[in-house]
Amino acid sequence: MTNAVLSVSDVEVGQSLPSRTVHINRATLVQYTGASLDRNPIHWDERFARSVGLPDVIAHGMFTMGAAVNVVSDWVGDAGRVVEYGTRFTKPVVVPYEIGADVEVTGVVTALDTQARRATVALTATCGTDKVLGRAVAVIVLD
Amino acid sequence: MVAAMAVNAGFAGRVYPPTPPYAVGREKIREFAEAVGAQDIVHSDQGQARARGYRDVIAPPTFAVLIAQKCDWQFIVDPEAGIDFSRLVHGEQRFVHHRPITAGDEIVGVLTVDSVKMVGGNAMVTTRSELSTIEGEAVCTATSTVVIRAGE
Repeated sequence: MTNAVLSVSDVEVGQSLPSRTVHINRATLVQYTGASLDRNPIHWDERFARSVGLPDVIAHGMFTMGAAVNVVSDWVGDAGRVVEYGTRFTKPVVVPYEIGADVEVTGVVTALDTQARRATVALTATCGTDKVLGRAVAVIVLD
Repeated sequence: MVAAMAVNAGFAGRVYPPTPPYAVGREKIREFAEAVGAQDIVHSDQGQARARGYRDVIAPPTFAVLIAQKCDWQFIVDPEAGIDFSRLVHGEQRFVHHRPITAGDEIVGVLTVDSVKMVGGNAMVTTRSELSTIEGEAVCTATSTVVIRAGE
């Protein structure tokens, strides 16, 4: 086996996962629009976004959710080990044309079931001072 | 009937017929993985996926939204539900994977409207899509909560 999946013995409650910054610009949003088929213009057309009262285009909540879980997949060593994943969308990620947006993603192990070989990871995703995901939790199966 | 009623509250418990099969393709998985920045090669390299015990490349954890949104769409555009799409905001999303979505799967979804709650004039609707292969193997349970804001 070339990939190394984390074992129960590698994990403990309170452990922090390597954090990461996800940079988002218009190209990111257009690419996700195409891949996800969520073509709502609030994600790529700033005139439209402003016409419905938003400050600028906003990232798809599902993009942020999908990008944040990479922190977990890469840490455990196999994306297929993520068996549960849920979140609330608490604040939009506003993506200005010039500078884009940075979402900082961190994770911490909050529970470990050694019998079931399952760990629970709480994720945080912040953009500036805004918490953009709420109660973001992933459950993974360990070796 | 109040004019600003954002959704028909009588829809709680409604179950829609199965969606047409969604054929999960290798290239769609690769495209979606790239779009969310998922770099695990299990999404793109068949040999690696097989070495890890999968039949073919597998989808990233949130790929299921592609199929779940087809389920949700039945309810959102149902004229009887009376939803104003322009007032709809995604509030919450959850996936429980019974096994990874794998290239070659043909997946049908059955949508249930789990609850419709009115909160301060806004409607909160929770839907559940049970995704399974056409052979009947359970793959994923996707739960979504949307908020439909009240009209002025």
